[in-house]
Amino acid sequence: MTDEPNLPIAAEAAQTEVVGVKHGMYGGDTSGYGGLVRPVVMPGGTPPPYGGWFDEVHGALAEVAPEGAIEKVVIHRGEITFFIRRQHLLEVAQRLRDDESLRYELLSGVSGVHYPDDQGRELHAVYHLLSMTHNRRIRLEVTAPDSDPHIPSVVATYPTADWHERETYDFFGIIFDGHPALTRIMMPDDWPGHPQRKDYPLGGIPVEYKGATIPPPDTRRSYS
Amino acid sequence: MTTTQDPYAASNETSQGRVFTVTGQDWDSIAEGLADEGDDRVVVNMGPQHPSTHGVLRLILELEGESVTEARCGIGYLHTGIEKNMEFRTWTQGVTFCTRMDYLAPFHNELTYCLGVERLLDIEDQIPEKAQVMRVLLSELNRISSHLVCIATGGMEIGALTVMTIGFRERELTLDLFELITGLRMNHAFFRPGGVAQDLPPGALDQIRDYIALMKKRLPEYAAFCNANPIFRGRLDGVGYLDLAGCLALGITGPVLRSTGYPWDLRKSQPYSGYEDYEFDVVTWDTCDSYGRFRIRLEEMWQSLRIVEQAADRLAELEGAPVMIGDKKIAWPSQLAIGSDGMGNSLDHIRHIMGESMEALIHHFKLVTEGFRVPTGQAYVPVESPRGELGAHVVSDGGTRPFRAHFRDPSFTNLQATSVMSEGGMVADVIVAIASIDPVMGGVDR
Repeated sequence: MTDEPNLPIAAEAAQTEVVGVKHGMYGGDTSGYGGLVRPVVMPGGTPPPYGGWFDEVHGALAEVAPEGAIEKVVIHRGEITFFIRRQHLLEVAQRLRDDESLRYELLSGVSGVHYPDDQGRELHAVYHLLSMTHNRRIRLEVTAPDSDPHIPSVVATYPTADWHERETYDFFGIIFDGHPALTRIMMPDDWPGHPQRKDYPLGGIPVEYKGATIPPPDTRRSYS
Repeated sequence: MTTTQDPYAASNETSQGRVFTVTGQDWDSIAEGLADEGDDRVVVNMGPQHPSTHGVLRLILELEGESVTEARCGIGYLHTGIEKNMEFRTWTQGVTFCTRMDYLAPFHNELTYCLGVERLLDIEDQIPEKAQVMRVLLSELNRISSHLVCIATGGMEIGALTVMTIGFRERELTLDLFELITGLRMNHAFFRPGGVAQDLPPGALDQIRDYIALMKKRLPEYAAFCNANPIFRGRLDGVGYLDLAGCLALGITGPVLRSTGYPWDLRKSQPYSGYEDYEFDVVTWDTCDSYGRFRIRLEEMWQSLRIVEQAADRLAELEGAPVMIGDKKIAWPSQLAIGSDGMGNSLDHIRHIMGESMEALIHHFKLVTEGFRVPTGQAYVPVESPRGELGAHVVSDGGTRPFRAHFRDPSFTNLQATSVMSEGGMVADVIVAIASIDPVMGGVDR
């Protein structure tokens, strides 16, 4: 429970990627640790070889994917993530599904992540793909800036992405170009804002209990 | 037509056709009103408060007479922002939230979340064996209770009320076991990153064995009631047809996928929590229809009983073994025990932290108030829930709270098949098709 100034960095990640900075131990910190500055370092791109079937998939994908489609490959905790440039996503998805040596038949889902401090690539759409033929899983990650939140829709290749992309649009405001009916799915149609973004407050009211007032969760002390 | 205005509806204005607000007991006037229109095409809003839509699901059906020409789902009525809330609690507290999503399979929600967090912590191979076995035991009991609800409510929706009553009778017994082991019948928050919250209480194994023996007598009743019942088969055979290509395109997993004859079960193909050490079969059927899915669920309960039996035998040999990871920087510190005023922290533990060890007190305090830090990165470890692939995409920024926790819920994905399963069929078959998907709206909307 000590306060390590450096966050642990995955041994297998050769490069790292700073996606944010944290200050202090918690809000309103008077403990003397207030000057603490810690970078948020995500596991970064890894150069090949990756070992196991990772090399096979990477080789096959690099062969059929358009030039420059793969931005980087991250191996972390035994999972492989391909960062795909958004303009090439459709072709990559098509090849992943149809190519003999890849055969990613099933798209498990689309998940959005908002990194407000990752300049120029704040919005991430994360696709989990499963090849039942080869019994392998990979992850695709596609980024878009807040100022231009457009990512092509993979519904034509993976029809299951329909609701998943609607959900990601609803919660993050990522616009999936080419989606047949990109409307809100969880929130009411006239809801303002996109609730899962980090700049959207959680909300809540203070609760009084036996004379003490407990503030709503997003205004309580939070450890960074 | 009724002239009653619905005070909760935003507006009755529409650019096409007339609007009927149905309030019950007014079918005659509606039929008359429809006859005046001279048009067979009707758009019906079914739900969100309808007893046979399996929860707060809204169906928008376009009908020609009694045939469905278009079916669409409206969801989101049970959205409670669980994923957003989890970003404001510690990693351990997250379990308390995610267990409430798919409320018929709470243990599977907890399991996939814990497996994801454990992968990020890189402690996957340090989870004590007893915790693994207890996770398997509870997951399989949960599969039985979930399938029982599916069969029971599915039966009720087609008028087989006895199937409903006996289904809930057996589910009750399963929930009694949950109550005995975790203290709660639903929303257990029992699996924690690093293990499980508590050891088995005394006498639990005997009760589990009694339960297995009883279920072996009771499960054949469902087969006797339904398997060859001509009315039951008449409602289910060939209804909700979806073949393998359709399932893969729509991302359908679980019993619906297995009803196409494809034996895909994550417990076998990508084992977790030691499933590779248990003997069980993956059940398939080859009819691609609701009846096949019913038979798969029935048989899967037998397979789950087999696993529960094996897990109980293992637990008998693991008496006194730890159920929480040994790493004191992660393991939840409190030890619960029954005292004179109910369950609470054990007096031994209080004595230890208050009187014997300053270090233990600091650990207890820091873990409970601040929580542990999880290294940066992301993980996705799916499990086979009763409804299919359930996975948690957990992202950490190195802090004490999840940066993002997204759940790929099988109900959400599978519900997309509603249109393709029910368009072209009868209205009554829509209910059967949806019941065969077995969506749980808590999981769909999260």
